[in-house]
Amino acid sequence: MKHLTEYRDTALVEEYLQQLRAITTRPWTIMEICGGQTHSLVRNGILDMLPGNITMVHGPGCPVCVTPLGIIDEAIELASRPQVILCSFGDMLRVPGSVRSLLEVKATGGDVRIVYSPLEAVKIAKDNPDREVVFFAVGFETTAPANALAVIQADKMQLKNFSVLASHVLVPPAMEAILSDPECKINGFLAAGHVCTIMGIEEYYPIAEKYKIPIVVTGFEPVDLLQGILMTVQQLENGVHKVENQYTRVVLREGNLAAQKAIQAVFEVSDRSWRGIGMIPQSGYEVKESYSHYSARQKFKLDLQSTQEHSVCISGSIMKGLKKPHDCPAFGKTCKPEHPLGAPMVSSEGACAAYYQYKSSTETVPLA
Amino acid sequence: MPKLDFDVITMGHGSGGLLTHRLLESGVFNLLKNDQLDQQHDGAILNISGPLAFTTDSYVISPIFFPGGDIGELAVNGSVNDLAMCGAIPKYLSLGFILEEGLPMADFWKILVSIKAASERAGVHVVTGDTKVVEKGKGDGIFINTSGIGELHPSARIHYSRIQPGDKIIVSGFVATHGIAIMSQRKGLEFETTIESDTACLNHLVLRLLDRLGEDVHFMRDPTRGGVATVLNEIAGQRRMGVEIKQRLIPVHPQVEGACEMLGLDPLYVANEGLFIAIVEEGAALTALDILRADELGANAAVIGQVVQAHPGQVVIESPIGGRRVVNYLTGEQLPRIC
Repeated sequence: MKHLTEYRDTALVEEYLQQLRAITTRPWTIMEICGGQTHSLVRNGILDMLPGNITMVHGPGCPVCVTPLGIIDEAIELASRPQVILCSFGDMLRVPGSVRSLLEVKATGGDVRIVYSPLEAVKIAKDNPDREVVFFAVGFETTAPANALAVIQADKMQLKNFSVLASHVLVPPAMEAILSDPECKINGFLAAGHVCTIMGIEEYYPIAEKYKIPIVVTGFEPVDLLQGILMTVQQLENGVHKVENQYTRVVLREGNLAAQKAIQAVFEVSDRSWRGIGMIPQSGYEVKESYSHYSARQKFKLDLQSTQEHSVCISGSIMKGLKKPHDCPAFGKTCKPEHPLGAPMVSSEGACAAYYQYKSSTETVPLA
Repeated sequence: MPKLDFDVITMGHGSGGLLTHRLLESGVFNLLKNDQLDQQHDGAILNISGPLAFTTDSYVISPIFFPGGDIGELAVNGSVNDLAMCGAIPKYLSLGFILEEGLPMADFWKILVSIKAASERAGVHVVTGDTKVVEKGKGDGIFINTSGIGELHPSARIHYSRIQPGDKIIVSGFVATHGIAIMSQRKGLEFETTIESDTACLNHLVLRLLDRLGEDVHFMRDPTRGGVATVLNEIAGQRRMGVEIKQRLIPVHPQVEGACEMLGLDPLYVANEGLFIAIVEEGAALTALDILRADELGANAAVIGQVVQAHPGQVVIESPIGGRRVVNYLTGEQLPRIC
């Protein structure tokens, strides 16, 4: 695990922390975009190690959390049909729809299968010609290329029984939506490393310029995160706002061109509703007309109904960085991972679940 | 494998008639032979003196054959280990089968042979049993239940109430190995690895620990389902004390660690089989480690933390970079993450 231990190096972590303490003169609020970054910050105890005047707020980059209720209901409706095999990434299964979750559909006889790659779903379709196989294509720009490839592959194999239920969302429009909120208090962003691995970093320049805000493309390991935070604070303290790349070992300026080509072949940008945030124009991918026979929404003539969130849940404000999980009256009381009222409590990458799972200790006792 | 009338298990094998008789006679009785089983009575009559430990467990693992073992071996080791965790010396097992119509006879035979080998390794006798057959589609090939009886070790005093602040927490080997070996074989999740399940009988190793340390072993548990995190939470909750562990001290095989990173799983919640957690008197921890490490099964044993008075009911872990967080019970099943 050489490439992991290097980025969990205690001495380097301490060095970055010292530099942060030395340069920080004012309170700064920084948002990490990606749920994987939130998870790592909390899991490694980094939030409590940062200087007191640096506040991290947790962004909307948890695909499970932002998938709208209506699309989850669509997946549940499909999975309940006897001829359908619904394939999904694991952590979508527990997300509650308006009545039940995919796990409950599975428990009552629905054929719901966890896969790691959409290509496995294509194989399942090939092996089960008399069934309809639907892949629940959820995620940010990161998972879009593999989902696009699955459609391309199914097309090459002339599979008639494969389709995708697409619910792709895009990071830059969400950042703009957050920054446009008059209550926004965010001073800097850690951009999502893996999204930028696919898309590159160029689409962030106009945002940094328009909103005069530092954006640092950052990885997921403790050393990555602390270096990303340090680079952001250095910009803030020096009064500059530019796009920087901390995650250079993975992210190229232009991104992964082959992956982008696959996305462009299959998907087109569309308006998308985000759970907890609402409609953001041009913030998602939908299957293109030329591949519409691989769109489950078209194939099964699904009609997305708008559904209401639980009235107490403040997940929208949390994902916009306006509030913390602890600010919610339901947090840890009526809203727990076993009975989530909103999606950030469901996925391990959701801010509420991460706080609930890892942060209930207030004691600081030295270890022997 | 003896010559049997059918290539697969049929409903007739559970009828109690001739087919059942032949299956048991040529299969189970002949293979697992011992004085008590040879009586072929409805139950076993046993001679035991002193305090006993008694346990039961059911085995429904899928797939039934996995790298490093099968459901038969697991069913023996599981109940043997549960007895050992009580501080008992396992003696007798019962063996109940629920077979699904259509199970290949060769598979059933293979499982029986593996039960025999595991019982011999553990030094236990299968003294009574039962076989039922359910219709195709109403089982998953084979389910096994074993119950076990053991004699308490004379100097064992294993109980939650004996856990004290200062006690050291020891794991007997690599964590999360079994769960990852099984997961690598599950349909739809297959990945290439040479990881094998750690299923093993722990009773001989535990016996050596008790012989040497006696009452200094305050508590033992094998962290099967729910993994190490669940057992530590149970300890913290039951005893109303805190548990402190350090992530960098927890032994995880590099391949298992890699698989966990890839799948988005926390090794602390992944199931184990041939592993146990021992809570020992602070001053006895090094001796305990020496005893464990002298055995192949305990070669990777490590002290991972201690029991503390602070934060009662909570398990707190120090991350590799020195941050601290709570380790809670897992909600539901650990599900792989999207990205």
